[in-house]
Amino acid sequence: MGKKIHFFNTILFKISGTLLELQQVFMKSNPRTYIISKKLDGFFSDVYAIMSFIGKFFRELGPPYEWREIIRQCYMVGWKSLPLISVTSFVVGIVFTKQSRPSLSEFGATSWLPSLVAIAIFRALAPLVTALIAAGKVGSNIGAELGSMRVTEQIDAMEVSATNPFKFLVVSRVLATSCMLPILMFYMAFISMIGAYLNILVNEDTSFSAFFIKALEKITFLDFFSSLIKTIVFGFSIGIIGCYQGYNATQGTQGVGRAANFAVVTSMFVVFIEEIIAVQITSWFR
Amino acid sequence: MHKKTRHTNIQDQHADIMIRDLHKSFGANTVLKGVNLDVFRGENVVVLGRSGTGKSVLIKIIAGLLKPDSGTVVVLGKNVPALDDKELLQLRLKIGFSFQSSALYDSMTVKENLEFPLLRNSRNLTRAEINTHVEEALDAVGLKQTILQYPSELSGGQRKRIGIARTLIMRPLIMLYDEPTAGLDPITSVEINNLINEVQERYNTSSIIITHDLTCAKATGDRVAVLLDGSFIRTGSFEEVFATRDERITSFYKYNFIN
Ligand SMILES: Nc1ncnc2c1ncn2[C@@H]1O[C@H](COP(=O)(O)OP(=O)(O)O)[C@@H](O)[C@H]1O
Ligand SMILES: [Mg+2]
Repeated sequence: MGKKIHFFNTILFKISGTLLELQQVFMKSNPRTYIISKKLDGFFSDVYAIMSFIGKFFRELGPPYEWREIIRQCYMVGWKSLPLISVTSFVVGIVFTKQSRPSLSEFGATSWLPSLVAIAIFRALAPLVTALIAAGKVGSNIGAELGSMRVTEQIDAMEVSATNPFKFLVVSRVLATSCMLPILMFYMAFISMIGAYLNILVNEDTSFSAFFIKALEKITFLDFFSSLIKTIVFGFSIGIIGCYQGYNATQGTQGVGRAANFAVVTSMFVVFIEEIIAVQITSWFR
Repeated sequence: MHKKTRHTNIQDQHADIMIRDLHKSFGANTVLKGVNLDVFRGENVVVLGRSGTGKSVLIKIIAGLLKPDSGTVVVLGKNVPALDDKELLQLRLKIGFSFQSSALYDSMTVKENLEFPLLRNSRNLTRAEINTHVEEALDAVGLKQTILQYPSELSGGQRKRIGIARTLIMRPLIMLYDEPTAGLDPITSVEINNLINEVQERYNTSSIIITHDLTCAKATGDRVAVLLDGSFIRTGSFEEVFATRDERITSFYKYNFIN
């Protein structure tokens, strides 16, 4: 993995270097192309830096593990976002079911409601909403925390005391988000189903188990598996982007706010892109 | 400009820290232009200089946190810029760094702050041994009662002391203090000065003390070096350094002791 990233980086580095040269040529001829190529160059060097950061993550992944810190981070990621996720998923379940009912009843197909809701929740809503909530809550938290540790020299202090701050701070946080997001996603899906059931109960008299069995009928192993992988990737992205922004925060308290803000914006953007790619990939298997 | 030397074992019996012709710039901002300095075993060297002259940059280079552009930095016989990650880690076990902001870990208690380097570098220690080390280090700075407190509950002077205790726990041979008395009241400053001298006597450390506080320089420095425009313009005992008509140095004195 590290080697592949290194190869990828070498290519990026070449692209960036070529752009730099082109830039010098353009600078003399046309100032507007100069600005564009400078922006592009900045983009490529950002991508380069973040790929190096990811490469470092995989190099530092091995033992000895910082178990206590990993568990503490899992607790922070999972427990702290639980209230928000509970409320959101419950509301999503109710609202989605309520809004879907009229269109289905036009065809007299309200009996499909449970499986329709289940498919929507499992395939799309639960992973995406969990990831967006985590990006907002966990991503900003990581960015701000590491950012303030950076600007108050706490990361330097770890380094000079002959300990490995990357392992302690970054690896533990990224592992925690990657592990906890799937769990949160399944939790969210379950609570949404309860919301959906309550809404159905208003119109029809079914038991929860009957509703649940009917709902899960249409859920395939592929749905389950793709959502699982997807949320691990979302969790990894949110963790690594938050850590990257915080770890590289520049001096001053402004840098902390900026790190938190960039962490949220970038990770939400990346989550959307990954969602689009994931939809493409799973559709090949269907 | 000099080629970076690739040797990592430069034998020098005398100086624990030996710096030759050190250059460092950030983009167009040239900070250090040919710094030379020796720090001998058991000696306190004070580096005096105005804000922004590159004092912090200098000790960060010594601790391997920043890479110099050129020049030699030999610490305990190792050429710091040429060390790989593992060798640097080994060297850092012997260096204590007291940050200007104290840099205590906010999310940990005083006890956890002190244990942090110990748990990760001396994995064969038992719980009881670790506790003994922590208590010893806290005792050395006279702050045993704070053991369960969080950094946010401590005063500025206490934070400084805990920061120093955290480095003492690894029994360093070299101590680097970045503005140890900055932002402290005069009485607390004197206490910190005394602590620096106690550390020197107790552990026979070789230290660099960065400051612009002349009281601190006088109290702690066996030797004083004045950094100006990227290099040391004067080195010697406190009295020697200030026995001069050089405007750049006398002005320093004038503003510190206004009468
Ligand atoms: N990491 C860095 N990146 C860019 N410039 C830096 C960095 N660290 C220090 N500088 C610059 O180097 C100069 C000296 O800084 P410093 O060593 O902190 O001064 P001081 O003598 O007050 O400790 C300042 O102009 C500062 O802007
Ligand atoms: Mg400084």
